[in-house]
Amino acid sequence: MGNNSHELDTVFLAFADSTRRAILRRLGDGPASVSDLAAPFDMALPPFLKHIRTLENAGLITTEKVGRVRTCELNPKKFVAVEDWLKGQRRHWALRYRKLDQLLEQMKDKDK
Amino acid sequence: MKPDPHYTFQVDMQTNRLTIRREFDAPKALVWDCYTKADLLDQWFAPEPFTARTKSMAFEESGHWHFALVDPDGNEHWVRFDYETITAKDSYRAQDAFSDADGGINRDMPVSIWDVTFQDASPRTLVQIVSTYETPEAL
Repeated sequence: MGNNSHELDTVFLAFADSTRRAILRRLGDGPASVSDLAAPFDMALPPFLKHIRTLENAGLITTEKVGRVRTCELNPKKFVAVEDWLKGQRRHWALRYRKLDQLLEQMKDKDK
Repeated sequence: MKPDPHYTFQVDMQTNRLTIRREFDAPKALVWDCYTKADLLDQWFAPEPFTARTKSMAFEESGHWHFALVDPDGNEHWVRFDYETITAKDSYRAQDAFSDADGGINRDMPVSIWDVTFQDASPRTLVQIVSTYETPEAL
């Protein structure tokens, strides 16, 4: 429940697929062309390009076309944004649960 | 913030899942009430600086809790929990979604399914929330 939760949805969706996770892992080693990325997969190009687009829409990668070659690269800013959202969630839950601790103490006192 | 030894928050990006575990120094029945009764939920469910304000609550299967998270400027962020299954004092499953003031679910925002379990660790109680985000197949 944060301001960026809509964006997060797209990110979760991007991570939800094993092909897309493999692409992200491969790009962790450095930029690569679409054809190099597609090579290990037994998949026609159109569905593979759909995965690339999903990752790009989620902001996890950027692509650039030079001549006939499209090169993909990880977008570190997005990874930081995801991490920040998760840190926010972690903190929200910690804060909520402090309040719940206090409430439970009050209730226990009342029961005594 | 002081680290809390009884709190764990795990993220699994492969299954779109957050797992939040926490121990409370109170009996299970009391903790269960705090998660399932509107007047109690309103006292803790909103993280600072928000406050929670219930509009309607029916804690029963196919019932729902409709409430606002109110920020310090008075802006309301509506949330709706739809209860799917309930095993009294042990567990419940609910869908967590953003909504409007009338309870209409906002499908443009992420929806997650919560599996909440309460475990007796007398005199303490262990609560686990597994929150799984939807992943629409088509994009």
